[in-house]
Amino acid sequence: MNLLPFYLIVSAFMFFTGVIGVMTRRNAIIVFMSIELMLNSANLTFVAFSSFLGNVSGQVFVFFVMAVAAAEAAVGLAIIISIYRNKMTANIDEINILKW
Amino acid sequence: MTYYTFAFYAFAAIILLSAYAVVTSKNVIYSAFSLMLTFFGVAGFYALLGADFIAIVQLIVYVGGILTLMLFGVMLTNKITETEIKTGVFQVLPASIIIGMFSGVLIASISNNRWTVAEKLNNPQNSLVGIGSILMNEYILIFELLGVLLLIALIGAASIARK
Repeated sequence: MNLLPFYLIVSAFMFFTGVIGVMTRRNAIIVFMSIELMLNSANLTFVAFSSFLGNVSGQVFVFFVMAVAAAEAAVGLAIIISIYRNKMTANIDEINILKW
Repeated sequence: MTYYTFAFYAFAAIILLSAYAVVTSKNVIYSAFSLMLTFFGVAGFYALLGADFIAIVQLIVYVGGILTLMLFGVMLTNKITETEIKTGVFQVLPASIIIGMFSGVLIASISNNRWTVAEKLNNPQNSLVGIGSILMNEYILIFELLGVLLLIALIGAASIARK
């Protein structure tokens, strides 16, 4: 039994959950978590293809994605905390100081 | 039903249910802990796929690093004393329309494709040897640049959050 499409479908549903979270929630931290969900689903697709292809290159790219995700989480949370200190809110709709 | 498929369905259920909880939960702290369950499920998938190194790195980096950062973020941007942290749900209709179209296309293309698998899988007993050799030979420049990127990002994060 070839399990590859099942891994891909689980990963696709994880991605959809992340997109729904980004579109429907207004808390900056939860939007952030949804982005992490999407990154994880992309990683899962990489590892699934790498394993069923018998080629280890995909796992190296997952390693790179994880490093970039860690950098992104650090910078993003620093920005959110800095905004919260200025505006006293983490609601995305109320952070509109760049709106012209 | 072999143990492998049973483990697959168990991890898939953990991942999908906890991902749903991350997105829909009203309390941000519950979302963060559901995200931890999702990360554990994905690490289990990696272990099932024979990627042991990536599974361990997933646990260390995501659960140990990123999730801790998220929890700090939650606790620094919300008042802990009030349990109902106001996070409503907006734009459900456009989101569901877009997700419906997108998921229809993606699921149809995944299930209509005839996925062929490599005939003789020569996955080694542990993937660490292969990853290390590729990382140090073909992708050495990206690997070094990634170190510089992490250094810059951490310095930038500290200087942004400090003032």
